[in-house]
Amino acid sequence: MAVVFDKTKGLTDTQFHYCPGCTHGIVHRLVGEVLEELGVLEKAVGVAPVGCSVLAYKYFNVDMHEAAHGRAPAVATGIKRVLPENVVFTYQGDGDLASIGAAEIVHAAHRGEKITTIFINNAIYGMTGGQMAPTTLVGQKATTAPYGRDEAHCGKPLRIAEMLATIDGAKFVERVAVNTPGNVRKAKKAIKKAFEIQLEGKGFAIVEVLSTCPTNWGLTPVEALKWLEDNMIPYYPLGNFRTPEEVE
Amino acid sequence: MAKVLMKGNEAIGAAAIQAGCKYFFGYPITPQSECPEYMARELPKIGGIFLQAESEIAAINMVYGASGAGARVMTSSSSPGISLKQEGISYIAGAELPCVIVNVMRGGPGLGSIQPSQTDYFQSTRGGGNGDYRLVVLAPSNVQELVDLIIEGFDIADQYRNPVMVVGDGMIGQMMEPVEFKEPKKRALPQKDWATTGTEGKRKPNIINSLYLQPEDLEEHNIHLQKKYDEIKHNEVKVETYNIEDAEVVIAAYGTTARIAKTAIDKLEEEGIKVGLIRPITLWPYPYDAFEKINDKCKGILVTEMNTGQMVDDVKIAVKGKYPVHFHGRYGGMVPTPNEMIDKVKAIIGGEK
Repeated sequence: MAVVFDKTKGLTDTQFHYCPGCTHGIVHRLVGEVLEELGVLEKAVGVAPVGCSVLAYKYFNVDMHEAAHGRAPAVATGIKRVLPENVVFTYQGDGDLASIGAAEIVHAAHRGEKITTIFINNAIYGMTGGQMAPTTLVGQKATTAPYGRDEAHCGKPLRIAEMLATIDGAKFVERVAVNTPGNVRKAKKAIKKAFEIQLEGKGFAIVEVLSTCPTNWGLTPVEALKWLEDNMIPYYPLGNFRTPEEVE
Repeated sequence: MAKVLMKGNEAIGAAAIQAGCKYFFGYPITPQSECPEYMARELPKIGGIFLQAESEIAAINMVYGASGAGARVMTSSSSPGISLKQEGISYIAGAELPCVIVNVMRGGPGLGSIQPSQTDYFQSTRGGGNGDYRLVVLAPSNVQELVDLIIEGFDIADQYRNPVMVVGDGMIGQMMEPVEFKEPKKRALPQKDWATTGTEGKRKPNIINSLYLQPEDLEEHNIHLQKKYDEIKHNEVKVETYNIEDAEVVIAAYGTTARIAKTAIDKLEEEGIKVGLIRPITLWPYPYDAFEKINDKCKGILVTEMNTGQMVDDVKIAVKGKYPVHFHGRYGGMVPTPNEMIDKVKAIIGGEK
């Protein structure tokens, strides 16, 4: 029988540790598929983050380099400067990228570092057990915001895609979601474009992926997809914020 | 090769380039900024890359990435900047990657001063970052030795897959001296087959990592690291000793302070007082064995440093209570004078407890 769908060569056979309903698995697969389709698995170097995806180095079937919390863009910079012909990417969560690593991502974008960043925004700290992230929505409960995020106390959630889109060195900035099959297809397209921007040597590219955390949100996987659509997308609008055509 | 007159901080850069270092990531801080400035000027000429990072934290993590990609890479900073780099240094040590880190020490704590000091002895030899790790810590006492140790430092780092720290101070960094760039001794260095350079379809993916979630695995990794550190202790101790076989007092000092101590020792010798010197060149591994050769008539050891006595602990471990250990230090960027040391030596001979 003809094979119509197969597992990507971009992922290893290691079983994911992610919670049921978490969308990290979908995004991992999209990145793996894109690297395979672009034919760059053999020259890709990934930088794994701290947070839920801390074990990403076991899952991607490419050379992987673990980074300290938030520092992946700096580590990727070191790799890319030594190996300009390779494809270098970081995979980071919102605690990692938007909080402790805010300086590193801003300056990697600012330098126009020719790397690709996959940024998972699930509005919460997952691995450490549901604490507030910079991306947690106003009113959203977290273990360190037990009465809901209060804007007067700790500000509104940070919109990373919009912020990075103001930086000249960021040549491709898009926000996607993986809550419906249609959005998953759009997410893959954006991820592919972000890697193509790197291959063309144009500059920094980032895809922000709205993702779910059923465990820490206290919802079923299906409820979580609905919550993302009803609550996250209105605050974090999907779409492209910057493309090379715009900035050239 | 002919001798050239060079400022210490620039000599650091020149030595690194001679050692094959093509990548430098750093952040400006006094009194070492001439080193990144030199690299910014010279590295592009040889196809290398100098990048001024947005912070010391980013700089050391760029070093982490570049080293993982198989390059010879260096960063330099001064005390408060080195504090910021400690997170990255712990990761680099944990992941067993080679690199050279230069600390041109200044007064502290906190923002301190920009004057020379030796206040980062504990931080460099005990580990300022988390976890059980060791750096090879080299302490030159003049610009020529600074050059020689930077060059050898890259080989030591590659041989053991371990970060090497070269500690100078504002005095060595800022002074000009004639230096000669000699051809270094060649070591047999292992292939960097662990580097994350892309699989090229020829091997399984390489992973650079210091995460071991299973305690059994992390214990095993630590045992492996300790074995490596034991090997370094066995092979890499460097020390200069002078007159310790018949000295009345032995001075223990490193770097700039050792140089000042030599002047004091020469002056005392003119007065007929024999004073020895133990100058650790490696602060880790520490040259404990050198203290075994001190003669029985020695009345005491004088530790002298530009800090409040951080090396005293190591000297006490070395002498095992056999000799009284005294200390003379200047703090906050003050530099001790030969006369201060002479007075202290005479007081020890006179029976000061």
